[in-house]
Amino acid sequence: MSAPAGRAALVGAEPAASPELIVVNMSRRRFLQGIAALGGLVLAVGHPAAARAQAAKKFGADGMPNGWVDDPLAFVSIADDGIVTVVCHRSEMGQGVRTGMPMIVADELEADWKRVRVAQAPGDEKKFGNQDTDGSRSTRHFFEPMRRCGAAARTMLEEAAAERWKVPVGEVEARNHEVVHRKTGRRLGYGALAKAAAARPVPARETLRLKDPAKFRYIGKGQVKLVDARDIATGKAQFGIDTRLPGMLYAVVARPPVYGGKVKSVDDAEALKVPGVQKVIQIEDSPPPAHFNPVGGVAVIARNTWAAIQGRQALKIAWDDGPNAGYDSAAFKTTLEEAARKPGKVVRSDGDFAAAAAGAAKRLEAEYYVPHLAHATMEAPAATARIANGKCEVWGPFQSPQATRDLVAKRLGMSAGDVTVHVTLLGGGFGRKSKPDYAIEAAVLSRAMDGKPVKVTWTRDDDLHNGYYHTVSVEHLEAAVDAQGNPVAWLHRSVAPTIISTFDPAAKNEAPFELGMGVINVPFAIPNVRIENPEATAHTRIGWFRSVSNIPHAFAIQSFVAELAAAAGRDPKDYLLEVIGPARQVSPDALGDTWNHGESPERYPVDTGRLRRVAEIAAREAGWGKPLPKGRGLGIAAHYSFVSYIATVVEVAVAGDGTLTIPRVHMAVDCGAVVNPDRVRAQMEGAAVMGVAAAMQGEISFKNGRVEQDNFHTYQLTRMAEAPREIRVHIVPGDYGKPMGGVGEPGLPPIPPALCNAIFAATGKRIRRLPIRDQLKA
Amino acid sequence: MIPLNINGRRQDVDLPVETPLLWTLRDELGLTGTKFGCGMALCGACTVHLDGQPIRSCVTPVGAAANKKVVTIEAVGNAPVGRALQDAWVDVGVPQCGYCQAGQIMSAAALLARSARPTDAQIDEAMSGNICRCGTYTRIRAAIKQAAAKRGAAR
Repeated sequence: MSAPAGRAALVGAEPAASPELIVVNMSRRRFLQGIAALGGLVLAVGHPAAARAQAAKKFGADGMPNGWVDDPLAFVSIADDGIVTVVCHRSEMGQGVRTGMPMIVADELEADWKRVRVAQAPGDEKKFGNQDTDGSRSTRHFFEPMRRCGAAARTMLEEAAAERWKVPVGEVEARNHEVVHRKTGRRLGYGALAKAAAARPVPARETLRLKDPAKFRYIGKGQVKLVDARDIATGKAQFGIDTRLPGMLYAVVARPPVYGGKVKSVDDAEALKVPGVQKVIQIEDSPPPAHFNPVGGVAVIARNTWAAIQGRQALKIAWDDGPNAGYDSAAFKTTLEEAARKPGKVVRSDGDFAAAAAGAAKRLEAEYYVPHLAHATMEAPAATARIANGKCEVWGPFQSPQATRDLVAKRLGMSAGDVTVHVTLLGGGFGRKSKPDYAIEAAVLSRAMDGKPVKVTWTRDDDLHNGYYHTVSVEHLEAAVDAQGNPVAWLHRSVAPTIISTFDPAAKNEAPFELGMGVINVPFAIPNVRIENPEATAHTRIGWFRSVSNIPHAFAIQSFVAELAAAAGRDPKDYLLEVIGPARQVSPDALGDTWNHGESPERYPVDTGRLRRVAEIAAREAGWGKPLPKGRGLGIAAHYSFVSYIATVVEVAVAGDGTLTIPRVHMAVDCGAVVNPDRVRAQMEGAAVMGVAAAMQGEISFKNGRVEQDNFHTYQLTRMAEAPREIRVHIVPGDYGKPMGGVGEPGLPPIPPALCNAIFAATGKRIRRLPIRDQLKA
Repeated sequence: MIPLNINGRRQDVDLPVETPLLWTLRDELGLTGTKFGCGMALCGACTVHLDGQPIRSCVTPVGAAANKKVVTIEAVGNAPVGRALQDAWVDVGVPQCGYCQAGQIMSAAALLARSARPTDAQIDEAMSGNICRCGTYTRIRAAIKQAAAKRGAAR
């Protein structure tokens, strides 16, 4: 998800206003010369002057902390042998960004992909621009800056060649890793030109010639393989947990089982007897609000991870559970339901719901429940830190390397400049690894061990017990329909503890960025709409989980529309299209959505035509209306999030005993123009499976303040046989001149409602409470 | 000392015999391709071959591996089946985050070693112990089939 505007300040990250031009070091002769270590590339350009001058709200890439950088000197280097190294400054967690960003640069650079290497940037937003890899925004915010990086480097190479040949630059042209003099056919490779190119000034942004998209070689094409695929398949890829340093020690931490709890007393005598255990260290607790701080606890330092785990088991700790000791998620569901049945803060009101409802032919209502979820990245959090000579280095899988750097520095009392954050591959992120509590743990433990390198590994129970959970919610919907069953009035009360509570415990209402995830900005053609948000109190760390509040909102809304269709005796697809209404562009402002995923309301209106189109494509491709055998059914859902439009049709087969399989899922996606279509497909496939996991099995529950799930036997994830057998992705062609949408997250929200709508079609059973688990067996 | 044969190489370790093979490989021998996911044989990320059989190294005591042949992801590509799978993984674009894929490939390699052309049901069965949170299952299945087909064609 995207950081809410207020979060940067809460996090203590850099303010959005960034210096205009920072020349850190003038070793320009080394530009473009194979400095893969990144140390020599030193000039960072901040926000464009125009954006800075605007005191008004900034949108898109300009609105991110530290904005964007498009300087080729920060991102591109060329060695004498012609090998081009492109820096990827966004974190790779499976979305393919380490392939996608360099593809963009390489295309404009006219580089031969076989001679392109990728280097991962450390956390340094002044140099690289925003690195906070969430909110499904790497491509849409960095497509243009990365194009300019490549085009500027290409121009410098062309100018260097023209100078060498003493010909006008207009006579030369970069083509496939060399510059050609058109008249004479002379050629010079990039390696031979690198040094001279480096001596040239970086061309002004407004003078750059960007490629005609018709001439793209890699962007939008399908031939580029993932840069890390071979390393992954051969076991060479380095994830955070794989970090190894000379003399490194291994740590695991016993953390308070209840949010806000702390250590009352600890007896470590037995732990210290475990072979390989070296030390037991208490980590100071951080009382709520959690922020990104470690929750405290007791660390065991050992020769290897296993010894540390054994040592931890031998600890005798008495906990003070604190104010959340009574948190019980079953009781809390009732609390939320009670709140959802009373009026709450009105966040949008069109027309007059009450009057319209009073005069309507019929009223319907339903409530939907989505429990807490855990990210359960296959690589649980892990980080390694080392401190020497007043400087700290941290290695790990971080979605927000700059926040990691700032917060480690703050905890150690260092300046951020004395902290280096090395970003490894992330073994899954999904929002969990935006919160660098585990990096701070590693830093604190390294300091306690006199700066020796210490790796902190979270075990699976740690991950499930001390997460930043997806919120828990009750969505209460009411509709009044006319004699034909069409809705004339719509009421939605959304009740869920807010993510803001993790930073401000007084926060009890959903923030604009949560309401803007598909509840307030529903663009339905219904004249009377009332959206309310009653208060809810958080009792655990709430964090963003892939697609965030869109999950409960889309589940409720897309289920309810299907329920209305059923009540009207209408086809759910036709009914959905009718509720969406005619193709039109709706201003987010008109819907009361002040957030709009951080994007400009003018550039990114809600386009119901695009939403309709994806619904129509998914339905057509799925053979909507085709006769199906008994026990089979199709369900449809369409949802707008992360400024992309996605519809899905799920086909289910429900056996007589309630066993459910998913033969096929169709997903139609309109995310604007696409850089790497294969990764768009992969993200849709993955989102489908994660959506199925959330719908079928996903639940983190609390009893006595403690999470009840310990591992994958109690927190079950979808396995191969339960996953959709086939996932067909249909990408709506886009225009490179138009704003792009997100890809990593928006595939997930329509899956649970489409699945439940399919179950209804197959069995007549309506699911309103997730997870589905054994509800079909009843 | 516990005598181990890891990827064809004799390596002795001085550890309590109950230390899981997983942590022996990762922390003591530096073979980090084998991944930790759950510690309870629930997710398959730690899958290695012990005398050709796929096992979960997170629950296998290192003592149980003494004098047996251990093959990990770092060396499975030395055999044609493993190599074919790795190639198919790259070609099909299976990985997303990639963390579970070593375990997936090790399970798939053991499957193809015993069934050259597995059916869908056999694939489901053999891969049922391996979780992928990114949801790459359809591509895993496609890659296994591609590797099996290529192996068949090469024969």
